[in-house]
Amino acid sequence: MALLSKKDANLIKDPLADNNPITIQVLGICSALAITAELKASVVMAVSVMFVLGLGNVVISLMRNIIPSKIRIIVQLIVVATLVIIVDQVLKAFAYELSKTLAVFVGLIITNCIIMGRFEAFALGNGPWRSFLDGIGNSLGYGIILVIVGFFRELLGSGTLFGIPVLGDPIEKTGLYSTGYENNGFMIIPPAALIVVGIIIWVQRSGNPALVEEN
Amino acid sequence: MAINTDKNVYTVIFAGVMVIVVGSILAFLASGLSGRINENMRFEKQQNILYAMGVNENEDKGSVNFVPTDVVEDEFSQYITEQIVIKGDEIVENKEAYLIDMKKQLALAKKGETPELPLFIGEKDGKKFYVIPMYGKGLWDDIRGYIALDDKMIVQGVFFDHKGETPGLGANINQRYFMDDFSGESIMDGTRYAGINVAKGNNDPLNNDKEDNEVDALAGATITGNGVSAMIKETVNLYKDYLKTIRTN
Repeated sequence: MALLSKKDANLIKDPLADNNPITIQVLGICSALAITAELKASVVMAVSVMFVLGLGNVVISLMRNIIPSKIRIIVQLIVVATLVIIVDQVLKAFAYELSKTLAVFVGLIITNCIIMGRFEAFALGNGPWRSFLDGIGNSLGYGIILVIVGFFRELLGSGTLFGIPVLGDPIEKTGLYSTGYENNGFMIIPPAALIVVGIIIWVQRSGNPALVEEN
Repeated sequence: MAINTDKNVYTVIFAGVMVIVVGSILAFLASGLSGRINENMRFEKQQNILYAMGVNENEDKGSVNFVPTDVVEDEFSQYITEQIVIKGDEIVENKEAYLIDMKKQLALAKKGETPELPLFIGEKDGKKFYVIPMYGKGLWDDIRGYIALDDKMIVQGVFFDHKGETPGLGANINQRYFMDDFSGESIMDGTRYAGINVAKGNNDPLNNDKEDNEVDALAGATITGNGVSAMIKETVNLYKDYLKTIRTN
């Protein structure tokens, strides 16, 4: 027997490609542009969002029948902020080094529109298990794009991956740099991420014309 | 559904209950963990001060490794021989000077009042270090750090940290390739206490020129870099009178 029913499996699969939060729904763009200059930051952000979205979706889903619709956005905001603060405080007490690394991401997580978007669009209308899967699926879809963008920006902008030089030493002119190759400083700044995301969207849509909206 | 969630009364009660529940959870957590958190922060300050004066566990040229937390208090009392607080012309010793909040002292200084300025005198391998705490503003939030000088006003080491600079860009001020550049730079420009500028396009990416009061900036992090320059300048300015008394060249 399959671990997940087909319907449930689609909750994970869909956001990876045909319903990707970044390239199709255009959510979470701000963090995708800001923090993808390095692969490491991309991965940390993706994992953090997965944690908060998975857990937050479950909490919202459990509360979905008692949340007054008039103040539901505020309730969602409080849930996500509380979760993030709890995690932050616990890490500060028991894993201080890790909390320092993650501190800069806290603000970006709370304001990530994917999180509020999934609360609003999915968790408010579905059960906890399916909401959890939806959260994991969407954060994976988000994470994949972040990692792809981070990969190209770090490789072309700094010649490194996860901080490890892969193209040689740009100052000593070894490896690829001996042929006259130079790092592209433009890739480090956020507009480069916009272009990389644009190229991903282009590639994705030309591979699957069903995604292209008719005018 | 049995409950009518659209009613105003329900909405108000829900909001009230939620505030109380969330508030108590957070308050309970904060008071329960504050002991450990404060201890961690205290250790961090000691680690940072020691790091700036070169007492750290750095192995290769990429990583930033502090003295481990279980020995940091011993090492701190071993290496830091004196902690002083400078208040105007008055200089007093204070064993807890490292806990003084620079943010508050700088605010006092800006208001024209006399701040209490902590300074740590350390000794390592027979050499004397003067470690000064720094505090400033980056792009998004506070940045801070420590700068270790010798009696010739040459930087022996720095440590920078930040609260919320952009990951991958401004956040890299706490990386080795940025911090290590400061070592060997003089904060003096002739007889002027000039500080050190984080400069774009100074044509010296390897930082061979240690006399120019400049280090190479981080690409894509202009405002954070300017914040670092301003922070160093402001600190040097505040401590100038004391530095004059220890300077030997």
